[in-house]
Amino acid sequence: MTEKTETGIELDQVNIWFGEDEQRVDAVINAGFAVPPGGSFGLVGESGSGKSTILRAITGLAPTWSGNISVLGNRLGEKRDKEFYRAVQMVFQDPYASLHPRQTVDHVLSEALHLHGFDNPDKRIAQILDDVGLKQSFRFRWPHQLSGGQRQRVAIARALIIEPSILLLDEPTSALDVSVQAEILNLLKRLQSERDLTYLMVSHDLAVVSHMCSEIGVMNQGEIVEMLDVAALRALEASHPYTKQLLDASVQKRRE
Amino acid sequence: MSIPDACPQKQITWREWLTTDTPASRRQARLSVWYHSWLAFRSNLMAMFGLTILLALVLIGLFAPILAPQDPFAQDLAARLSAPGVNGYMFGSDSLGRDILSRLIYGSRITLYIVSLVALMAPVAGLFVGTAAGYLGGWVDVVLMRITDIFLAFPRLVLALAFVSALGAGIENAVLAIVLTAWPPYARIARAETLTIRNADFIHAIKLQGAGTLRVITRHIWPLCISSLVVRVTLDMAGIILVAAGLGFLGLGAQPPSPEWGAMISDGRRFILDHWWVATMPGLAIFIVSLAFNLLGDGLRDVLDPKKSSQ
Amino acid sequence: MSNLLEVQNLSVKFPTRNGIFEAVRNISFSLGRERLGIVGESGSGKSLTGRAILRLIKKPGILEADHITLEGTNLLQISKKAMRRVRGHKISMIMQDPKFSLNPVMRIGDQISEAYRLHARASKKDARKKTLDMLEKVLIRDPERVFRSYPHEMSGGMGQRIMIAMMLIPDPKILIADEPTSALDVTVQKEVLEIMDDLVRERGMGLIFISHDLNVVSAFCDRVLILYAGRIVETCRADRLHEAKHPYTIGLLNSIPRLEQPVEHLQVLQRDTAWNLEPSVSGVVADGETPS
Repeated sequence: MTEKTETGIELDQVNIWFGEDEQRVDAVINAGFAVPPGGSFGLVGESGSGKSTILRAITGLAPTWSGNISVLGNRLGEKRDKEFYRAVQMVFQDPYASLHPRQTVDHVLSEALHLHGFDNPDKRIAQILDDVGLKQSFRFRWPHQLSGGQRQRVAIARALIIEPSILLLDEPTSALDVSVQAEILNLLKRLQSERDLTYLMVSHDLAVVSHMCSEIGVMNQGEIVEMLDVAALRALEASHPYTKQLLDASVQKRRE
Repeated sequence: MSIPDACPQKQITWREWLTTDTPASRRQARLSVWYHSWLAFRSNLMAMFGLTILLALVLIGLFAPILAPQDPFAQDLAARLSAPGVNGYMFGSDSLGRDILSRLIYGSRITLYIVSLVALMAPVAGLFVGTAAGYLGGWVDVVLMRITDIFLAFPRLVLALAFVSALGAGIENAVLAIVLTAWPPYARIARAETLTIRNADFIHAIKLQGAGTLRVITRHIWPLCISSLVVRVTLDMAGIILVAAGLGFLGLGAQPPSPEWGAMISDGRRFILDHWWVATMPGLAIFIVSLAFNLLGDGLRDVLDPKKSSQ
Repeated sequence: MSNLLEVQNLSVKFPTRNGIFEAVRNISFSLGRERLGIVGESGSGKSLTGRAILRLIKKPGILEADHITLEGTNLLQISKKAMRRVRGHKISMIMQDPKFSLNPVMRIGDQISEAYRLHARASKKDARKKTLDMLEKVLIRDPERVFRSYPHEMSGGMGQRIMIAMMLIPDPKILIADEPTSALDVTVQKEVLEIMDDLVRERGMGLIFISHDLNVVSAFCDRVLILYAGRIVETCRADRLHEAKHPYTIGLLNSIPRLEQPVEHLQVLQRDTAWNLEPSVSGVVADGETPS
């Protein structure tokens, strides 16, 4: 990349694997891409392509990897420090699994603030609920009193309340209905421009990724087979056969 | 919502305030969850029956001096081994002429003492060991679980016997011995629960918020393990009472003249053919309390079991 | 040609602490030898409708209907035993995740041939031959190997093909497919749908295809019922779905991001409480009539 000083996320020759020796399974092979600050990069692929594993390696949830991952110019090592978690947050796929069943919205948000030593929790919680489009009355509700879309809003609020600059999105809408998906995608777009966030999004849905991201990497069997910008994707100008197949399947689904 | 926190407006009944889907404060949110659990529990008749018996037991223990017709230690050799109803002994008298009813009433204190000590220590020890093993994994898991296996491999009563004979007879030592043999199953349960929870997204999420291991275990994993432990402890209580009684029966638990139920049965053993009540009355007491714990445990499982109640 | 299935005023209710919750409210529809799509969002009652036809509503759920008629027999009036014969023999069902529908400790071949033997009382040898045939029909390249495998050795797409084979082997009249491809990757999705389509057409069966995915339904079905809050709000020909008139259907269609038509903001569906009160549209098509 041209500007070395200004990077959001940069991956270079990253390999990620599970198990050792004979049982070693390579999940990601030689991945490399860069997301500028304030930019949005999407990884598309089918299940098992390794797209979510990349997010896990960045956050430290997949411990065995090699290569070079840097976030905001800092090269990541084995451990992540508090500063890292302050800067990088993640929204998970399944809003029914990503909220603790015995914690109210208030509890979840206060704990995030507490962990990073923020003052004025009441004001900040009120503000973030507003920002993600939840009424103040949601503050003391339990997860089981919320719908899928509302839960995902809480998950987004939890990620954003500590004011990170990078948000990792792991299929944030694939568990939701299309009408709710539209609300969440609009929300994520609005928050990105308001807060100048850097997005790294993973999805199996080409249409969703192309709506959200300007640069897209297509993954197949652990490798990024092709990188293209959104205009090329929309014009269906793919060069790799797998990308073509994927585009075909996504577009044909509707035509025929 | 404009419902004030402490005093709900007049047109809103307490019930509505508790069952609302839109709690307006931390307190209301917590209370309403408890209230819903209570409603679910209340609809289980057998569990309510068990709870009533146990509440009665606690009250009997508390008010033993008022309720007991006589001094549980007062001997009256002239009236020894009176049958129930004779000489004013409602449940009869034992070999030293002590009133069995009064002894049972005072004995409930000892039972409660044993039960609450064991319930406080064994599951907590199991929770510590199990969650640490499950969450940390690796060699910590191996070491902790092998220790657990060793304890599990001992027959309960035999280990307790060895322990008590080493430390000397007495209630406290009996309790320690029971705890020593009771914690491994709880460690197993806690570990199994932890293994299913630790890879949940909400645990990943809190880790990504920068929470340390200790915080994740105590604040996020414990609350989810506790309910299944509570259920298990309640169901185990019957067994614990029986072991305590067994130790008492063998003369290794409570020492005479203490009115411990197991020791009372042991005492009555010599007269079981001619004077059935001496052993039978404390036996019935043990039976009823054990039954109550089992019923309560069943009801609690319906309410608390995370596999059922999580949506 | 007559309708295979007619459903009149079907309701599914659940008693809750705050009164009775009606998950499906008075819907009526018919099914000929066609592919009928039932679309809706989660909670719209689409899956319950599928289950209700097979009388698979678990207690405390309550199933009510004037009649559910399969080839002249009212399924609500037959015994439990007779109903068990209907399931699988006359009406089969494919669920979203094949993993939950297959017995994990039984070889795939044994499971399918057992299903066939129960139905046809065939010999072991015949059943085996028929099973291999059927596996070939769902385009499994090496049926012998799959016959000997266990479910966990199969991928999601393979598993769903196996389910289709297993469900179609007793020659049912109607196949109910509840989100059969939602758990599959897009490239695999297409293959599985095509296989199912070919087999259903070839046998002149009726297909009820339950899905949340408007695109798939409009591409794959003949006729669509759109469910909202337990009611049919609209019914139309699948290829005319883009001409839908009900604001809910329009809103739903517009909220989907499209690859070729970039927009800055996706349209958000504005739900109207009046939709909850509208009477259900009838999805019944008179015998022999083509839907317009």
